[in-house]
Amino acid sequence: MEILLQQLINGLVQGSIYALVALGYTMVYGIMGLINFAHGEVVMIGTLVTISVAGLLLKLGLPVALAGGAGLLAAVAVCMALGWGLERIAYRPLRNAPRLTPLITAIGMSIVLQNVAMLVWGRNYLTFPAIAPKAQFEFAGASFTAVQVMIVLVSALTMAGLLVLIYRTRLGMAMRATSQNPQVASLMGVNVNRVIAAAFVIGSALGAVAGVMVGSYYEIAHYQMGFMLGLKAFTAAVLGGIGNLAGAMAGGVLLGIIEALGAGYIGDLTGGFLGSHYQDIFAFIVLIGVLMFRPSGLFGEKTGDRA
Amino acid sequence: MAEVLLRAAGVGKHFGGVKALRDVSLTIGLGEVYGLIGPNGAGKTTFFNCLTGLYVPDGGAFDFAGRPLKADAPHQAAERGIARTFQNIRLFGNMSAVENVMVGRHVRTGAGVFGAMFRDARTRAEEAAIRRRAAELLHYVGIADRADDLAKNLSYGDQRRLEIARALATEPQLLCLDEPAAGMNATETEELRLLIEGIRRDGTTILLIEHDVKLVMGLCDRVAVLDYGEKICEDVPAVVQKDSRVIEAYLGGSVA
Repeated sequence: MEILLQQLINGLVQGSIYALVALGYTMVYGIMGLINFAHGEVVMIGTLVTISVAGLLLKLGLPVALAGGAGLLAAVAVCMALGWGLERIAYRPLRNAPRLTPLITAIGMSIVLQNVAMLVWGRNYLTFPAIAPKAQFEFAGASFTAVQVMIVLVSALTMAGLLVLIYRTRLGMAMRATSQNPQVASLMGVNVNRVIAAAFVIGSALGAVAGVMVGSYYEIAHYQMGFMLGLKAFTAAVLGGIGNLAGAMAGGVLLGIIEALGAGYIGDLTGGFLGSHYQDIFAFIVLIGVLMFRPSGLFGEKTGDRA
Repeated sequence: MAEVLLRAAGVGKHFGGVKALRDVSLTIGLGEVYGLIGPNGAGKTTFFNCLTGLYVPDGGAFDFAGRPLKADAPHQAAERGIARTFQNIRLFGNMSAVENVMVGRHVRTGAGVFGAMFRDARTRAEEAAIRRRAAELLHYVGIADRADDLAKNLSYGDQRRLEIARALATEPQLLCLDEPAAGMNATETEELRLLIEGIRRDGTTILLIEHDVKLVMGLCDRVAVLDYGEKICEDVPAVVQKDSRVIEAYLGGSVA
């Protein structure tokens, strides 16, 4: 029973991170039908930028809260610029190309970004600076840390903010209109190029927040960390119904919980043959299962209408 | 004719070997209701698409309100004051009626990414104004009570009205209506006629594609007839109706 509760908490935390990253995939897909496989690398760069900026400020003797805040802001700013640049340089020239072309370009950009990160930050594991509180709590036999609480709270707040943006603001209205019919939206004066750029910029900002969370949760980072995280978040987006915002959020949390439960019980289930380091297989079992039995995802409409 | 609002000079467009528009020239005066008629496939909608920037014409040019129309991006045509509806209704089906109209306000408002993220006072005031104006327009076309329904759930006639409200939201000088009466019964058509007359009275110039001859003849100040992409006639409705080339185009072959 303690294991169940503990793994549910761990899954919720991990799932909150997946959800934020998944939103980046799903927003871009919803508006232009592209799977931006470089998104995981944007998250990775967010983590590494925070390490550099917050680490430097801490060394200069600034208070922890200030250094952490500055690190987060720097990550968000760099990632937004990166998302904007990716769209402008890599995807916009291919707007009218066959669908496979931008997809391959996205994989290419992912490799480019990994290598740039390796050149800038080196190939070793980096320690994430101690910007997060260290407190620990107990509840019904399960324990959780202040970092975990913060991850869930910040993630929930960020997602609420995104929903307000999409459903209440002029820009969000334009984004939803563009996802339904870009041509008609442009006749209403919506600058489709700007809306697509905004989807990349906002998705990347969410990715940066997720990057800081990953860093403060695992306290370690690496130039290849974006690859697996990106695949998991993509799986979460597909699970929820790619293109659907609520789907990405639910899919992220659900995937986190499935993974945590899987990792918690796989040892018992296989008589100790497989250990918890096999937890990655659950995400991909889910991906294959969804693609086989419900390709439109949990929240996706059969008609393929995109939010 | 009063001041010229739109001047099309020698507009041409072909798709492969098909010449959809050949050298079409016409002028529309400020405040007119101008009809564009012709048999199916005559090039009427192609003309709309060229005018609103969905197609780039192969030849010719548009002059709008005294300046050339560089219509290679549709949002620029909207900015200059040209709005349209569609023959086959193209609403944002999964958005509410009022939201559809709010999208139309986009071209006349300015808040961007940062306004949306930081919600400053100016942005919030602008968004409140957008919602107010959208509600007024729904009232104007007579579907205020359906404001919060999804566009796809509206009745056919209401969807047509919603398209007009959405187009009006862009504050057009020229409103292009592509077969607004298609599929409407006599009562709905009469209501539509009253609506279009109201829009004209409120100062918007109208370019109307329509098959309903009675509606065209009752509403339009002047009518142009397209056949196989060419303008074969342009005059007041009473004259066009009796033009032998027009009768021939519609009925095929020569009529004795």
